[in-house]
Amino acid sequence: MNTQPTTLFDKIWNAHVVKHAEGHPDALFIDRHFIHEVTSPQAFDGLRKRGISVFNTSRTTATADHNVPTKDQHLPIREALSRHQVDTLRRNCAEFGVELYDLGHPFQGIVHIIGPELGLSLPGMTIVCGDSHTSTHGAFGNVAFGIGTSEVEQVLATQCILQYKPKRMRINIDGTLANGVTAKDIILYIISKISASGATGYFVEYAGETIRNLSMEARMTICNMSIEMGARGGLIAPDDTTFDYIQGREFAPKGEAFDEAVAKWRSLKTDDGAMFDTELHYKAEDIQPMITYGTNPGMGIGIGQHVPLLTEIPDTERVSYTKSLAYMGLEPGMELRNKAVDYVFIGSCTNARIEDLRTVAQFVQGKQKAPGVEVWIVPGSVQVARQAQAEGLTDVFASAGFELREPGCSACLGMNEDKIPAGKYCISTSNRNFEGRQGPGARTFLASPIMAAAAAVSGRVMDVRELL
Amino acid sequence: MSKETFHVLTSTAVPLPIENIDTDQIIPARFLKATTREGFGDNLFRDWRFTVDNEPIQDFVLNNSRYAGAEILVAGKNFGMGSSREHAAWAIHDYGFRVVVSSFFADIFRNNALNTFVLPVQVSQPFLEALLTAVEQDPTLQIVVDLPAQTISFGEQSETFAINTYKKTCLMNGYDDIDYLLSLNAEIREFDKAHA
Repeated sequence: MNTQPTTLFDKIWNAHVVKHAEGHPDALFIDRHFIHEVTSPQAFDGLRKRGISVFNTSRTTATADHNVPTKDQHLPIREALSRHQVDTLRRNCAEFGVELYDLGHPFQGIVHIIGPELGLSLPGMTIVCGDSHTSTHGAFGNVAFGIGTSEVEQVLATQCILQYKPKRMRINIDGTLANGVTAKDIILYIISKISASGATGYFVEYAGETIRNLSMEARMTICNMSIEMGARGGLIAPDDTTFDYIQGREFAPKGEAFDEAVAKWRSLKTDDGAMFDTELHYKAEDIQPMITYGTNPGMGIGIGQHVPLLTEIPDTERVSYTKSLAYMGLEPGMELRNKAVDYVFIGSCTNARIEDLRTVAQFVQGKQKAPGVEVWIVPGSVQVARQAQAEGLTDVFASAGFELREPGCSACLGMNEDKIPAGKYCISTSNRNFEGRQGPGARTFLASPIMAAAAAVSGRVMDVRELL
Repeated sequence: MSKETFHVLTSTAVPLPIENIDTDQIIPARFLKATTREGFGDNLFRDWRFTVDNEPIQDFVLNNSRYAGAEILVAGKNFGMGSSREHAAWAIHDYGFRVVVSSFFADIFRNNALNTFVLPVQVSQPFLEALLTAVEQDPTLQIVVDLPAQTISFGEQSETFAINTYKKTCLMNGYDDIDYLLSLNAEIREFDKAHA
């Protein structure tokens, strides 16, 4: 019996290894597989070519999210290629017997929003999806990571994936967040500290008092962006906050089964004395509302700070840095406070859950969007949209002049019609500010929902702390 | 399922000395609507290669005819960050590259590349800089990537690179991961039942 102190990540990983051989990647069993229209068609083709079926259809759930319109979802998709891709998902799911939450289904939504809200993503599981933000599900204390299409095919065919075990990192946040500082600011702050590649090769556990005090939705925002510092995934040990969130969800264990599950889930934590390859500590009090200025998520600053001067950038990185600022139309040393914005996007698997919409609604209640600014709110799922309606948030958004769309990934990646025009500035609650991410030539400022709401009503980037 | 194999490649290279190249640059999301693996090469680095009016951007290296036909792409550190889209590796392969050289690769891209039979060769930062300079000075420079020996060489310079033994065997023999996992079917079935 191995009594060595073990990390939570290792406990979950080790419990899922079907075959381990020295020098060989582990065959890791996958409990839950989510698929969507963009990264699955070639995987299903692979199954057909090999003449094999899906290993266990009860472990796979599909939805259409990346490439769907966010208007008139009850009508056939107008854009031919998008329609073909969604139709292909429908055909594949029907042929192979996979459950699909299609457009019009009450469970449809962004894959990383519906998994948790349906109680499909549970503590202790291994979860994969052909999407890098699969790390979101790690908020429930599971090992969840994004994969490529060849790996989607592996999991469909065998319910396993071949992987080398990543290294372990723990990031501790302690202390109390200032008013106006949110989970989004925590993760943008961490990424700005360690860079967009600072956790490459690692699986991250987030710990500490500040994390413990966050809601499940806030924890999901943090785990969601683990990939933006290169991490394979991120997770948070489950606790009563987790169990309370799960209880009563559609596919969560019920009654006695739930109690038994919780008893088991309580053992899911890192042992005292367990070793991490890297351990980092940050103070909540040091975190300001964050905003990015560049073209990767590591290029972020506190709203009270200035865009770095060239002299503050290492020699070897100055070329890339200058290219990035040129794309953004910004100058070294400037402040982003009061910078005018053209678009506000509130959505994505990072920040389109009901708490995000509540935060925005509470801020904009009785206010109007600034003239000349377009504001899109895209709920993360049909359930989120219905809840927003039931709580009256929809009316608040309508009165403020915000455009409420139907669920999907939307302007986070600009695959559908929801694109930011070239040269325009968009403050966005999404996760990536890459060149062209929100549309060719689009310029993205990543920020929290409340920072986006503040920009929506003022037409400029604001320090939200001054408005609360 | 047998695919292509990789042993030794001797080719010229394209220099792309930009750091943190993300998969949205390699293949923008709006080109991910296809349902097959073919044809993504046309849109490789689309927004760096072409204007919004689809005119080639002359100073982008892939539009420089002196580098035409190269099968090796040499890029700045942290190549392939961001989205897990395997389409990025497919686009690189479909365009004609068989090797990407960088001083650091993002995890998911590395896996996707290997599964696409594109070899990611991670070299030291000094070697990368020397290679970039050499290729920029001489587009006809021949580079040798020897997978069995795990070396990359040009002129008088050579460096070894790491690759796990399993993936090396796969690339050299044209195996993929599903071939291996299917051989574990009985063990996986048992595991599945025990963890229902």
